[in-house]
Amino acid sequence: MPVDTKAVGKSFPPAVYAVGREKVREYAHAVGETNPIHLDPDAARAAGFRDVVAPPMFAVVYSAPAMAPAIFDPEVGMNFALMVHGGQEFQWGELVIAGDEITTTATVKDISDKDGRTFYVFETVSTNQEGDNVCTGTWTNIVRGG
Amino acid sequence: MADFTAGERIPELRVTPDKYLTYRYAGASGDYNPIHIDEEFAKAVGLPGRILHGLYSMAQVARAQTEAAGGPQGLKRLAVQFRGMGFPEQEIVVRGTVRERRDGRAVIDTVAQQGDNQIIRNAEAEVEVQ
Repeated sequence: MPVDTKAVGKSFPPAVYAVGREKVREYAHAVGETNPIHLDPDAARAAGFRDVVAPPMFAVVYSAPAMAPAIFDPEVGMNFALMVHGGQEFQWGELVIAGDEITTTATVKDISDKDGRTFYVFETVSTNQEGDNVCTGTWTNIVRGG
Repeated sequence: MADFTAGERIPELRVTPDKYLTYRYAGASGDYNPIHIDEEFAKAVGLPGRILHGLYSMAQVARAQTEAAGGPQGLKRLAVQFRGMGFPEQEIVVRGTVRERRDGRAVIDTVAQQGDNQIIRNAEAEVEVQ
């Protein structure tokens, strides 16, 4: 049975994430960051930042509220029992600093079959409160046996 | 800081996630998929045990680039494929080699391994070079 692609192009409502200092520090500790600009507000200020700087991969945290409705959308219809996270790409713009408010919009970019597997590709575009792009993410999930 | 000339290897990053890392990363990231935090569930679905979050392993690849670049502002793009599974209490080694310089950026081929097991493969990073 060919894969259902009717959800391709569908966008989901923007989600706003308020970046907290302690969340940045918790994430930075969990991934083993040692650069003090991620951990110590004084070090971040000494380096010219308003507050602690989110590590680039903190994108997964501020993008999550926008991604959740996309991946659980019944029209997308992804089978979680057979799903693996196949690939991930991020392109970064402005740095994210504690105190920022990040708005992310998720879109279904592609749904396609290949070798008996279905590839679901989502895009997230995240901007800060100034309207500057901070990150564009491409999330590829693969479902075995469609 | 690395020079980022073609063919140059960036400094290796080595890190051993401890036994409880997947719990801390689950809390920090909000990803509580039981294959990462429940040994019995992981085994019941055919895994050898709890596995690392792929995005944690990707964060280690990102860290190797930002450390080579002198800070987070240097990393402009990172694309990875998740294939092998990573496990707690095994050392992760991230290696990278500069493939080319173009438009003020270095393009780096990079991988993460635990022993012979590649947990992040075919990864490509772009780092801004002054």
